[in-house]
Amino acid sequence: MTNNIIELRGVSKSIHNHSILHGINLEVRNGEFLTLLGPSGCGKTTLLRLISGFEDPTTGSIYINGKDVNGLPPHLRHVHTVFQSYALFPHMTVYENVAFGLRCQKLPKAEIESRVSEALRTVKLEKFANRKPDQLSGGQQQRVAIARAVVNRPLVLLLDEPLSSLDYRLRKTMQIELKQLQRKLGITFIFVTHDQEEALSMSDRVVVMHEGCIEQVGTPRQVYEAPQNLTVAQFIGEANIFDSEILAVDGKQLTVDIQGKKREIKSNGTFLAGQKVHILVRPEDLRVWGQAEVTDSSDMYPGVVEEVIYKGTTVDLMVRLANNQLVAATEFFDEDDEKLEYSIGEPVWATWLSGWEVILPHEAS
Amino acid sequence: MKHHDRGLKHFSLSVIWLWLIVFALLPFCLVTLASFASHDDTHLLKLPLTLANYWQLNNAIYVKIFKQSFYIAGTCTLICLLLGYPFAYAIARMKHRFKGLLILFIIIPFWTSSLIRTYSMITMLKPKGIISSALMWSGIISKPLPLLFTDTAVMIGLVYNLLPFMVLPLLTNIERLDNRLIDAARDLGANRITTFRKIILPLTMPGILSGCILVFLPAMTIFYIPDLLGGSKSILLGNLIQNQFLIAQNWPLGSAISVVFTLLLAILLLIYWRSTRDKENRDLL
Repeated sequence: MTNNIIELRGVSKSIHNHSILHGINLEVRNGEFLTLLGPSGCGKTTLLRLISGFEDPTTGSIYINGKDVNGLPPHLRHVHTVFQSYALFPHMTVYENVAFGLRCQKLPKAEIESRVSEALRTVKLEKFANRKPDQLSGGQQQRVAIARAVVNRPLVLLLDEPLSSLDYRLRKTMQIELKQLQRKLGITFIFVTHDQEEALSMSDRVVVMHEGCIEQVGTPRQVYEAPQNLTVAQFIGEANIFDSEILAVDGKQLTVDIQGKKREIKSNGTFLAGQKVHILVRPEDLRVWGQAEVTDSSDMYPGVVEEVIYKGTTVDLMVRLANNQLVAATEFFDEDDEKLEYSIGEPVWATWLSGWEVILPHEAS
Repeated sequence: MKHHDRGLKHFSLSVIWLWLIVFALLPFCLVTLASFASHDDTHLLKLPLTLANYWQLNNAIYVKIFKQSFYIAGTCTLICLLLGYPFAYAIARMKHRFKGLLILFIIIPFWTSSLIRTYSMITMLKPKGIISSALMWSGIISKPLPLLFTDTAVMIGLVYNLLPFMVLPLLTNIERLDNRLIDAARDLGANRITTFRKIILPLTMPGILSGCILVFLPAMTIFYIPDLLGGSKSILLGNLIQNQFLIAQNWPLGSAISVVFTLLLAILLLIYWRSTRDKENRDLL
């Protein structure tokens, strides 16, 4: 018996000969908060519907708690879904919504009552039991939807973009609430979102999806700091990408050429001399210096400030480099740089600390 | 800009109110007034005002016609609902491009006068008509089926004419039904019957209600269908009112029947609204 609550092996899905998912292998660990992250149309909702049982995979198998669930209807899978925009039954009260699943199981009335009250207490809605969904705020509706699902004691809770219809502030609050709820309940959450910030801040692990494939599975830190390919790097956070070529390899030490300047880079990957690569630098790692601040420009790249965006805690710069590439840089206020004053059109030097970049094999774009 | 919008809103609202007052409220007041008038051979309506017209209605024959009309209209509504609901549901759930075409097919009959369509039904229902001939040809019956001038013919005519009035409000209601609600019910373990009973049916109740009202009301009064398809045998409220006005020339009595009929329907609707409101309250407890 493994510790995986859900396993997908070689799962693919086609609808009308149009391939939506291909070759999905995924293991979901018991009790984790897993996020399926990807742009709209990448197949993440379809993947969720395969797990929930609303659709069947074209090929491959899905195991829930060690059991092949092929052909099993949704309610026999011990997973429950919190739908996008909640799908609360508008003609029923909060209480009836939450009790619906238990009533379908024909449980004794006393048990239904105690379990519904418990679920409502968990989401702090016990005072709203007699309200109709349209008398609740978006956040409260969201909590009813969660209560309606968890009252059935699922092994896994599937959440299909549950926060997308909330405004920014409420979304932030609900992110924390959801995370706390997940810890309290100890249920595995599979959360679908296209918002990378949401994915990074809530998940134990993130599954990055793109065009029906899984690109990378890892902790938020792994997918952000060590993306496996350009797709992941570009989807999660912003990235400046420098096209480059490896000049020499000495163990883990690589010498690369970036815009005519040599740089030393460390890498655990296997690279060959003469290989074309991408060097990836996050905006917050890119440092921009004014002309007067620089004495040695041997590993710096000249450019001109094109845009200055003041954001309170940071200043975001757009810098046009000498080779016409536009790069983004986020500068923090700290003791070295209290002023951070840049003017548009000002010539600057851009660089980064060696070791903070990510090196990826070249991909034809 | 905003002021302009509000002006438009007030304008269209006043047009609607004016329309309702001139074409609905005013005529009803006139009919009510007429129902208290007396008449003789030379005057359609004359003073003094009297309650005699209403007393006249307390007659076994009129009570019977009232009952029969309610019975036929009720049966017709039920048949329309049973036929129309699955039909509307199937079309509404369709994702196909034929959907628009099918809706068009429901609407096309409206382009021809209902009266003309009823005349054409005579040719279909008569003993040597299409239906009878087809049944005989297929060997189901051996001699011509005397459909025309029976209650069955009236019912066929009523259902045929009024079915679209059931289907269209149901169609719009079912189309608005969120698919995710059905998914959610399934996810929570509801089988098809429970999903229909607990989710789909209550949420399409407004469509069912408006469909039933739109079918029931004309079914009571659409006088030419019993006239043409039922022969002289079936007399409904609509025929009774028409006869009083056009044949018996007794406008006050015709008016009195109309008023009683309108009040009965109003009471029925009121009872319905009350019962649904009470049910909601009960659900809350």
